[in-house]
Amino acid sequence: MSQSTSAMGNEKIKSSRRKFLKSAATLAGATIGYSWLKSSQVLLFAAEPKDESLPWYGIVIDIEKCIGCGSCAKACKKENDVPIEPFFFRTWIEQYTVKNDGSVNIVSPNGGIDGFEQTVPDEDIFKSFFVPKMCNHCSKSPCIQVCPVGATYDSPEGVVLIDEKYCIGCRYCVQACPYGCRFIHPVKKVANKCTLCYHRLKKNLTPACMEVCPTGARMYGNLRDKNSELVKFLKEHTTQVLRPNLNTGAKLYYNALSSEVR
Amino acid sequence: MKLYIPPQLTRLALAFAIFISLFLVLRHFLVPDTFGQYGHYRGASLIDNAQPEIHYAGQQACFECHQDIQDLKAQDVHSEIHCETCHGPGQKHVLSGESSDILKPTGREFCGLCHAMNAAKQKNAVFQVDLKKHNIGKNCIECHNPHQPWEMKK
Ligand code: HEC
Ligand code: HEC
Ligand code: HEC
Ligand code: HEC
Repeated sequence: MSQSTSAMGNEKIKSSRRKFLKSAATLAGATIGYSWLKSSQVLLFAAEPKDESLPWYGIVIDIEKCIGCGSCAKACKKENDVPIEPFFFRTWIEQYTVKNDGSVNIVSPNGGIDGFEQTVPDEDIFKSFFVPKMCNHCSKSPCIQVCPVGATYDSPEGVVLIDEKYCIGCRYCVQACPYGCRFIHPVKKVANKCTLCYHRLKKNLTPACMEVCPTGARMYGNLRDKNSELVKFLKEHTTQVLRPNLNTGAKLYYNALSSEVR
Repeated sequence: MKLYIPPQLTRLALAFAIFISLFLVLRHFLVPDTFGQYGHYRGASLIDNAQPEIHYAGQQACFECHQDIQDLKAQDVHSEIHCETCHGPGQKHVLSGESSDILKPTGREFCGLCHAMNAAKQKNAVFQVDLKKHNIGKNCIECHNPHQPWEMKK
């Protein structure tokens, strides 16, 4: 008698377990099926369709024209809500002074926002010039390669951008950038850098730094359009990118760049 | 002949199947919707990056109400300098038309940002004066009209 009750109990447990397993399997199967249906590229994230109809942005900075007024660095901070202090910059200017004895003096007080003063006496100067720096928007950028979560990327327009909602603030990219163009935003606590004023480009406005440059030392344009001002400039001048040996695919070209610039 | 599959292999295969399914299910919930739309990133982030408000309105916006000043400026050496280079971000002022929303730069240092002597400025890029010698004690705009520098005030 007791035996038959326990057998019946086992039967019950077995059937309810079978029911549970069945419904669990259906649920899991449905979810998997849906996740495959939703995006068939689930395993193909690396494939990157290039849209030829969009511009592919490049930048030119003409060192001969830069007068070191700091308008670009100031406008950049104001446009992009980067705190004036502490001293983080999306774009900044460096003053290089090559002395007669061959030594090089590089200064960038407050990124150049308050202008520059030449501290080296005239008779010691062999040559001197300003170098504005900003993100090179590399097409093979080291910062994108090191991001562990895919929070920084090359947009279809060739602008290297940051996904602020996805960034975990791990600072790998800050270290990886050979040009020192990234920093951790002191308020948002995520990586931050020049976006070529992507929000302005989308509204058909020029980037803030180029809007305010008084001498036209900064230019941007479409590298795909062989008749654009930028491509014409590149054809007519001998330009150079920073650290070409690193093969970062930089798209920021400097005119009249001296070999002292690092 | 019937193929013999050892039971430990079937169990292993089952375990693998369960783990892979679990992985896919977790992945389904953890990976954001638009991830992978254009590349190895959240496609919606492109929209996020286009969102921020502009602060610099662009020179064209100023002409709507200040064509007179543009006409002055266009005749002289400052023609290539956009309004907001000197007056700072103007989007707020464009929307409100209030004079309190825009800067009016003053002082010798302001003109000096561009015009002060510095060996690093290329000679032909900008005209330079020695702030310590050029009409000291007076503000630049007492003599030069900022919009038309060679139109001297008396
Ligand atoms: C909607 C029309 C409008 C637009 C667009 C506009 N302004 Fe004005 N602006 C005005 C008016 C009106 C005044 C005069 C306000 C007053 O006198 O109280 C003024 C005054 C000024 C002043 C003098 C402020 C002062 O303290 O006396 C400056 C500088 C100025 N505008 C710059 C600009 C710049 C730069 C732009 C482009 C970004 C611009 N404005 C666009 C309407 C406009
Ligand atoms: C080189 C720098 C510079 C540029 C470029 C410039 N301004 Fe000014 N602007 C000034 C200064 C400095 C004053 C203050 C003049 C004063 O107080 O007498 C001023 C004053 C003004 C005023 C007040 C009225 C007046 O005439 O004094 C208006 C309005 C104005 N600017 C509009 C504009 C507009 C619009 C543009 C672009 C077309 C522009 N400014 C470009 C430097 C500049
Ligand atoms: C943002 C930079 C900038 C600021 C600020 C600026 N200027 Fe200029 N200024 C220039 C440039 C650039 C030129 C030369 C334009 C050219 O070479 O075509 C120039 C030319 C001049 C010239 C003509 C020089 C010559 O020999 O022909 C005078 C005078 C002048 N500025 C006065 C002033 C005064 C006064 C102020 C202050 C209200 C001022 N500038 C503010 C950039 C600036
Ligand atoms: C007392 C009136 C007066 C004041 C104040 C004044 N200037 Fe001049 N400025 C002149 C006159 C006159 C000239 C033309 C003769 C000359 O070169 O001295 C001139 C010439 C210039 C030139 C052209 C120099 C060249 O080599 O062609 C520049 C640039 C200039 N001024 C900028 C400024 C700046 C910047 C300030 C403010 C720091 C300023 N001026 C203050 C009267 C003045």
